[in-house]
Amino acid sequence: MAFEGLSERIQNALSGLRKKGKVTQTDINQATREIRLALLEADVNFKVVKEFIAKIKERALGSEVLDSLTPGQQIIKIVNEELTQMMGESAVALNKSDKIPTVIMMVGLQGTGKTTTAGKLANRLMAEQKARPLLIAADIYRPAAVDQLKVIGNQLEVPVYEEGVNNSAEDIVRHGMQQAKENKNDYVIIDTAGRLEIDESLMDELKNVKEIAQPDNIVLVADAMTGQAAATVADGFNQALDITGVILTKLDGDTRGGAALSIRSITNKPILYVGEGEKLSDLDIFHPDRMSNRILGMGDMMSLIEKA
Amino acid sequence: SFGDKLNAFFANFRRIDEDFFDDLEDLLIESDVGYETSMNLVEALRDEAKLKNAKSKQALKEVIVEKLVGLYENPGEEDEGLTYNEANKPNIYLFVGVNGSGKTTTVGKLAAQLRSQGKSVMLVAADTFRAGAVQQLVQWGERVGVNVVTGPEKADPASVVFEGVKRAYDQEVDYLLIDTAGRLQNKVNLMNELDKIKRTIQKTFKDQPEETLLVLDGSTGQNAMSQAKEFNQVTQISGIVLTKLDGSSRGGIVIAIRNEMNIPVKLVGLGEQVGDLAPFDTEKFALGLFKGLI
Ligand SMILES: Nc1nc2c(ncn2[C@@H]2O[C@H](COP(=O)(O)OP(=O)(O)OP(=O)(O)O)[C@@H](O)[C@H]2O)c(=O)[nH]1
Ligand SMILES: Nc1nc2c(ncn2[C@@H]2O[C@H](COP(=O)(O)OP(=O)(O)OP(=O)(O)O)[C@@H](O)[C@H]2O)c(=O)[nH]1
Ligand SMILES: [Mg+2]
Ligand SMILES: [Mg+2]
Repeated sequence: MAFEGLSERIQNALSGLRKKGKVTQTDINQATREIRLALLEADVNFKVVKEFIAKIKERALGSEVLDSLTPGQQIIKIVNEELTQMMGESAVALNKSDKIPTVIMMVGLQGTGKTTTAGKLANRLMAEQKARPLLIAADIYRPAAVDQLKVIGNQLEVPVYEEGVNNSAEDIVRHGMQQAKENKNDYVIIDTAGRLEIDESLMDELKNVKEIAQPDNIVLVADAMTGQAAATVADGFNQALDITGVILTKLDGDTRGGAALSIRSITNKPILYVGEGEKLSDLDIFHPDRMSNRILGMGDMMSLIEKA
Repeated sequence: SFGDKLNAFFANFRRIDEDFFDDLEDLLIESDVGYETSMNLVEALRDEAKLKNAKSKQALKEVIVEKLVGLYENPGEEDEGLTYNEANKPNIYLFVGVNGSGKTTTVGKLAAQLRSQGKSVMLVAADTFRAGAVQQLVQWGERVGVNVVTGPEKADPASVVFEGVKRAYDQEVDYLLIDTAGRLQNKVNLMNELDKIKRTIQKTFKDQPEETLLVLDGSTGQNAMSQAKEFNQVTQISGIVLTKLDGSSRGGIVIAIRNEMNIPVKLVGLGEQVGDLAPFDTEKFALGLFKGLI
């Protein structure tokens, strides 16, 4: 997309600074305005942006910037540090249970990529740990959701537990868990129907499923293209279910992906993986630094900091 | 009504001061209108309020409603709903968009609506790629009572479309709705595939598709603009279907799309059920943007 990189913007906002000598509050305000703009254009939630800017301002008024010969680059460095820190650690692993099976439950809004990502996780676990997962088809609402998971199971040669669409999701999960015990599957991945976080009865269904399956992982699957509501949505799912982590999908697109920051900052739960394509192998480890650069449109940032 | 709710909104503000405009700006940004469009809009409102000397709540309310609706609507533009050409059967509607935006569901819902108006409808399952996509549309077809043209597994989507067009012509149906696979707008190969589908249609009917509808997830942020641009480049978009407006999102980005590209929203998706599809209503939409403060 045709965004000017943030580092360029900050440099421009502070250009001519060196001639004046001292950095003033006004200069800092100008630089933070550019940061605010970049974050909003990247779809970071506006409340999250406000908090973030407050943090940057506080640090920017400290001596590391004020006494620097290159205040612009110092600010960029601070932004990068704070943002990467907010993004959390890389390579957070899924929780693993002491006794088999380890249970993973996929949740999220409609169409975010839960079913596909369930398959991707199974694929990854098999490759990394020679796992023997069982997929449970607990979406009884979306037309052909069960077929979709069965096709994916077939492709991966992974068993899919299903009862069609006439039994409750709760019953299907209860029976699926039994089957996993009998067959000694080491992982169970539960695919649930997409739902709005404000849909009380469907959120209750998820609470019931959680109660029945006692999942070690409740993964919120979120679309990287989501706008401002990413924060509200993530908060809703987290409040209701106490999610354990997030997977961000469709990052193979050209979105800046500010939703990552909103979700992370609102839930304080780790981003586990990112989806980077439709194939079942397109699931990658999350890199917080890359994500920050992407959000800010700062591909050129690292080289600038190195010079600073 | 719109007016009542706006009254309630303005009752919350004792004075029309800078705070008011700051809140308004936040509100628009929160609705995904986008930073630039929000700034412009607030600026315009500020000016207009000054110009019209709108000091009272009542006066400012009128200014805002006018401005919001006026910003979206094209003066002099007649009905911007879906078009139908009796002489051009089958009226072909092509549905395009990114992954998971709601294309297949919208095709199902619209088929039901057209059927209930006594029209004959046929569907084409041109998503031969995604797991379970064909079954999904076939189930919609069964639910709604319309025929679905399908091809063999992993068939070239253009060949399924060709078959669909032929059958729809032979059977003289009023509408042919084509469901395509989701694709991200930066995937060149997949966008070329869409171009091929369009050319396949035009081999038989050079003035079709009657509508090419971009199905946009209402919760999408600023990336929606890039979607509109890229899809428009490959298959000229005649309108937008804005889905999932029953959620927490307001789809404000369509204002920017309208401003920049003049593409109208023709339909909105309001849920997963067959009846959850409605024509776009500008006033309702404008009201939706105020949801947080009313
Ligand atoms: N490009 C891309 N597409 C993806 C990715 N993950 C999922 N998809 C696509 O997104 C669409 C929706 O994926 P699903 O797995 O059906 O989503 P879901 O959350 O299960 O949807 P519901 O069950 O209807 O709520 C499909 O077209 C997938 O192929 C990704 O990382 N990149
Ligand atoms: N709440 C809500 N859900 C919707 C709406 N429209 C579609 N959905 C849901 O969104 C999910 C994705 O819808 P699909 O119709 O499969 O989307 P698609 O664009 O065909 O997806 P792909 O073919 O995978 O690209 C499904 O779970 C639908 O039930 C809507 O207006 N509101
Ligand atoms: Mg699913
Ligand atoms: Mg589809």
